[in-house]
Amino acid sequence: MNTLTVPGLLAVQVVGALALTPILIGVMRQTRARLEGRAGGGVTQPWRDVRKLLAKEPLQAAGTGPMLSATPLLLITSSLVVCALVPLVGTASLATVPDDLFVVVSVLLLGTVALALLGLESGTAFGGMGSSRHMTIAALVEPTVLVAVYALSIPVGTSALSAIVAARVQDPASVVSPVGLLAVVALGIAVLAETGRLPVDNPSTHLELTMVHEAMVLESSGRDLAWLEVGSWLRLTALLGLLVNLAIPWGVATTLSLSAVLLGVAAIVVKLLVAGMLVAAGEVFLAKLRLFRVPELLAGSFVLAFLAVTASFLIGGAP
Amino acid sequence: MSGVSAGIATQLVLAAVALVAATLAPARMRSHVAGAACAGLGVAGAVTGLVAMSGGNPGAGLQIPVTLPLGLPLEPLLLAPDRLGGVFLALAGAVAAVTAVYGIGYATGPAASRSGWAAFAVFILGMQLVPAASDVVSFLVAWETMAIGSTVLLLADHGARSEVVRATQWYAVMTHASFLLLLAGFAVLVAETGGTSFATIAAAGVSGTSASVAFVLLLGGFATKAGLVPVHVWLPRAHPEAPSHVSAAMSAAMVKMGVYGVLLAALRLLPQGPAWWAGLLLVLALASALYGILQASVATDLKRLLAYSTTENVGLILVAVAVALLLRGAGDEPVADVALTAALLLTVSHAAFKTVLFLGAGAILHATGERDLDRLGGLAAVMPTTSLTFGVAALGAAALPVTSGFAAEWVLLQSLIHGDGRDDVALAILLPITVAIVALTAGLALLTFVKAYGIAFLARPRSPAAEHGHEGGRSMRAAMLLGAAAVVGLGLAPGPVAAGLAEAVGASGIEVVGVLGVSLPAVDALLDPVALILLAAIVLAPVVVVHLAAARRAPRRDVDLAWGCGGVRVSPRMQYTATSYAEPLVRVFDDALQPSRDVEVSHADESRYLVSQVRFRQRVTDLVADRAYEPIVRATLGIGEGARRIQNGSIHRYLGFSFTALVLVLLAVTW
Repeated sequence: MNTLTVPGLLAVQVVGALALTPILIGVMRQTRARLEGRAGGGVTQPWRDVRKLLAKEPLQAAGTGPMLSATPLLLITSSLVVCALVPLVGTASLATVPDDLFVVVSVLLLGTVALALLGLESGTAFGGMGSSRHMTIAALVEPTVLVAVYALSIPVGTSALSAIVAARVQDPASVVSPVGLLAVVALGIAVLAETGRLPVDNPSTHLELTMVHEAMVLESSGRDLAWLEVGSWLRLTALLGLLVNLAIPWGVATTLSLSAVLLGVAAIVVKLLVAGMLVAAGEVFLAKLRLFRVPELLAGSFVLAFLAVTASFLIGGAP
Repeated sequence: MSGVSAGIATQLVLAAVALVAATLAPARMRSHVAGAACAGLGVAGAVTGLVAMSGGNPGAGLQIPVTLPLGLPLEPLLLAPDRLGGVFLALAGAVAAVTAVYGIGYATGPAASRSGWAAFAVFILGMQLVPAASDVVSFLVAWETMAIGSTVLLLADHGARSEVVRATQWYAVMTHASFLLLLAGFAVLVAETGGTSFATIAAAGVSGTSASVAFVLLLGGFATKAGLVPVHVWLPRAHPEAPSHVSAAMSAAMVKMGVYGVLLAALRLLPQGPAWWAGLLLVLALASALYGILQASVATDLKRLLAYSTTENVGLILVAVAVALLLRGAGDEPVADVALTAALLLTVSHAAFKTVLFLGAGAILHATGERDLDRLGGLAAVMPTTSLTFGVAALGAAALPVTSGFAAEWVLLQSLIHGDGRDDVALAILLPITVAIVALTAGLALLTFVKAYGIAFLARPRSPAAEHGHEGGRSMRAAMLLGAAAVVGLGLAPGPVAAGLAEAVGASGIEVVGVLGVSLPAVDALLDPVALILLAAIVLAPVVVVHLAAARRAPRRDVDLAWGCGGVRVSPRMQYTATSYAEPLVRVFDDALQPSRDVEVSHADESRYLVSQVRFRQRVTDLVADRAYEPIVRATLGIGEGARRIQNGSIHRYLGFSFTALVLVLLAVTW
């Protein structure tokens, strides 16, 4: 009786992510503000922002077209699907839509592309600039992500995320194996780049020339902007959640019993908030890299991922 | 008479009808009549191909006994596609039908002339007979028919633009180099086995040095047709200059005959090859994929971009083939079968989306006279159908869900990550490199097609021509919609498609799951795009409810200007162009692309410190073409110049040559 179904678990993940995400962003901003000696807006400020934006009218500049209203919905759909698929709370997955990492990456990329098209559609210099930078980074992150996934998938023989995380829960030794560590570090850098955090992009910049993500959404307002913000925050939640569950797999529900799921929810909330605070604290000490130094960072993370793969072949993981 | 032989006979008859229609129909009706006949020819090919694919009657086909009075050991000509040939016949037929329909509305001027339509019919027939041929002689005849038809088509606009002649020269030379290599390769096989039919050659099981020589020669010939680096140089020249329905057919179908040839050689004629064959193919294919997409991502000519992307896609297809051969050699049959299926899925998917992309480029050219992305923009408003279909096809080319490209690339990646490199050092090194390059290729493809679609269709028009664009005729729109439907359809139903293709190539372990999904038990993976869409719809539903409620309370409001930092200048010249979009990438890959940049600053007359104009010019050339081919071209021209010296126009000298030749012949005869 006290068990959930798989769709139930996914619903918990999606609703939980939607509820937690603004808080996570609030905690990250508040941490940063306190460390910089500012008072900050409080952890619920992002919530209030979204509510305010949803009530306001969106403006449409002359010459912009359908992407202005389509992109926000595309982005949030892609982010919500990713939240449903990624094993945040538990490792169960639907039979017909397994949480295959290639599918997850492709769904994420759909959101990336929608954003890039939104940037181009505005017909301004800033939009095109943001879009071009955004796609360049996305193109260069792709090899790291796929090779890191490849490294993680070799020991378990599948690219399904839930299987990878479940294997790590059962065999904690694999978490600290060189293969696991290298792949997770590589994936971590890729996640920072993919979600537009420092040192790749500065989410709180107000200078148009340094913007990447913000430049693309300059023309959006009202509920369009609300969905865009929530959509990109959700990407952070999902990817950071995946990363912490790979690095510290304990607490993830491997069964569907109610108690395990509750424990899973509590575990991921704690893990995410702590990870968010650590990321925010780290960002205080970081400056944004010059755009043309970013490829070097990404090349570094690619090398780590590549080493992880060859290591798993040559020193051999579990067959 | 079996279905296949009836189908092939129908194609021959329809080709004759198309030729007659093209030559006799009055100019006013020519495009309609000849286009319809060509479309019929394509449909006949597609149906025949599907029948041959299902493999109901193996070996059935049209047999034409020939006896040449030369005493050569020729077996009868046999037009009997096997199941793999059926796949490529169906593909060529479908592409031909769609492009012919498009041509009805699109072809004007020289492309709609008698020779234009006649050459199109010959080209289609040749293309459909290549995979049907079951012996060396008919294969080579069909191959040459295809080459000649396409060369004539390529020349269509030679009166209007001088580049066309250059492009045709390149194409003619490369395509005949390809033919010569094939002739040599097949000659080795025929000499070894003593038979000209594929069945005889395959049964003989050629091995050793002669097999390797034959394979390398055949690979060279087929790679030239398929557009692999470094013999890709004709693609970026020929595709932009040909009429667009011809470039679509060339890129989507004709190039695939090179892929078919590689499969024919590696799977049917010489199946027991050593591992280094696969290694060689893999290296060529990876280089093509990466180089092709890198050039495509920095290209600003839309059709040149698409041509380079063809090199990339053919590279990916052959990566799958090479990995399949490697894994088969290592004894990993189940995963090899998945890779082989991926190769065919990629082939079919590329045919679908590249047809639409070239037809879309043609519609843009038709409406604006522009191929240069830097002068386009804002076309979504004036060309909605083209925008929709091009957008769908661009998603396919970027391998995003839920298009055919996504399903195909997913299967490819699954096969790559499940190849076991633990016992095999070569695999342990090659597979991660392959995954990395495929991933980088996928990332750059994403940027390339965001650029192609976003710059051409979104934002504001960058030239008056783009501002006054208009939609093409009904047949053009119908053809593009048909192609786009195929891109989505193949993406939604990967299961039946993959299962059918796997069966045609003799791969097992590809199963249909649910109604349309594909399951790969060998690698423990499953993809059901319809279920993915349902999941997306479920999570989107509440968002839409909130969205609509908010929209009722606060409707959208139009304002004049986009954000300009407080400025109010809104010249379309301030937008990003295709060149600027790819600029960060050009910098990142500076060493590989070696662009040349000129900045010219002219000063105002009054003072050196005032700038009146800045000109910026950037050129990215094809380094392979420059470095590898220019010396050859120069040497050839040098020999030509030298030869000119012995023919100085003096009649005495020519009489002297004739006399000498006569004496030599007499000597030779009487010796």
